[in-house]
Amino acid sequence: MQVVEKRQLMSATEIDRTLQRLAHEIVERTPDLNQLVLVGIRRRGVPLAERLARNIESILGRNLPVGSLDITLYRDDLSTVAPQPVVQSSDIPIVDDRDIVLVDDVLYTGRTTRAAMNGLFDLGRPRRVRLCVLIDRGHRELPVEASFIGRTVQTSSSEIIEVRLKEIDNEERVVLVDRVP
Amino acid sequence: MSDRFRHLLAIEPLTAEQITFLLDQAKPFQQIQRHPLKKLATLRGKSVALAFFEASTRTRISFGTAAMRLGADSMSLQAESSSLKKGESLIDTVHTLEAMKPDCIVIRHAASGAAQFISERVAVPVINAGDGLHEHPTQGLLDALTIRDRRGSLEGLRITILGDILHSRVARSNIHLLSKFGARITLCGPAMWLPRELEQVAPGVRRVFSIDEALEGADVVMALRVQSERLNEPSLPRDEYIRLYQLTGARLARARPEALVLHPGPMIRGLEIEPAVADGPQSCVLEQVTNGIAVRMALLYLLIGGTGGLEDLPNASD
Repeated sequence: MQVVEKRQLMSATEIDRTLQRLAHEIVERTPDLNQLVLVGIRRRGVPLAERLARNIESILGRNLPVGSLDITLYRDDLSTVAPQPVVQSSDIPIVDDRDIVLVDDVLYTGRTTRAAMNGLFDLGRPRRVRLCVLIDRGHRELPVEASFIGRTVQTSSSEIIEVRLKEIDNEERVVLVDRVP
Repeated sequence: MSDRFRHLLAIEPLTAEQITFLLDQAKPFQQIQRHPLKKLATLRGKSVALAFFEASTRTRISFGTAAMRLGADSMSLQAESSSLKKGESLIDTVHTLEAMKPDCIVIRHAASGAAQFISERVAVPVINAGDGLHEHPTQGLLDALTIRDRRGSLEGLRITILGDILHSRVARSNIHLLSKFGARITLCGPAMWLPRELEQVAPGVRRVFSIDEALEGADVVMALRVQSERLNEPSLPRDEYIRLYQLTGARLARARPEALVLHPGPMIRGLEIEPAVADGPQSCVLEQVTNGIAVRMALLYLLIGGTGGLEDLPNASD
């Protein structure tokens, strides 16, 4: 099977602008900003959470706690993949009673979000959990929705959205690719 | 490759790269030991057979806890309570266990090579939890993890192992493992427990009969348990062992100032180790216990999750 790039969904500038807007939305809709914690879902949610935190910090003028969460051990498809996915470390500042925003690059079936919430609840009892994604591409298989959405994109299930970030991929853009048999 | 990683039978055949991968995989499981909620559902519905044909408390509890924290169940067979007493052969007992459909068998046995023997005759992954005088690979891994955490690296350390090396599978696994990272290993103990062949186990191994000389400049000191029954064959009075080989604070001062002290347990205070050293700031004994669970969780996860062991070394960067 081959993968071909169909079109670019976001440029580097657009990603940057969207993250600025999302930062403002999070600030606007968080009454007690002292309780706010951003948690990026590995891998690409982590640099996105860090960038959002920097944007929020420049609005607030102070530091914001940021964490990262590896959901490998909470996946529901481990018995169907081989070999086992490598587990990475998680690093979460504090969960109990906090207002947590999970950050991920793409919201698709909702299974990753479900796994992330399980992982989060093993660490404590947050006061509230919301979800922030750069792209919502539909095709949900679980009752999960995002509170903060960068862009909503209509896709077919054969298509793949690739978020490429400079911290991981050495380039910065979002592309829609398709699998061709 | 696939055979090597379907089971964990020994440290000797592993490469330094594979060991590093296993130690890296234990890190997230170390974190889980600090979570308020330590139980995962990752291996829910899986079961682990703990076949202990030789007495063991800590290793069996450690494997059982590791399985439990991953959400797996464990079934335990102990020599004292098993049909072995009634004359059933090892292979029959293992086939009976296998018929109970475990997803993994953890085995401890007094015969060297028992884990290998079983692994060739069952369809599920086998983990060696100690076979005779051969190896105790998970102990080697948890010791290495403890050392790496404290020292930052395993490369080129000076390691001194004290005691009954001849009868120690823990020593053998540690020698194999640490030597792959360029350690210089000094073995020290009574001559009857230190045959010349031990120098051939791995590169960089030497024997020293004076404990003061053996400890000079060591980065890590491992004291092994002295089994009192072995002191009788040939005889070495207990007092004489203490006088010549006990790890005391005064002797430890010859090692590097921050040298680590490890002991695989169970520890006999006042025999192989002075209580002040066992409880001192250089002692890693309790970290070893906690790390043992993390290493065993990582192994169970790698061997019985997924659709069939570790066929290839996964790409650790992704």
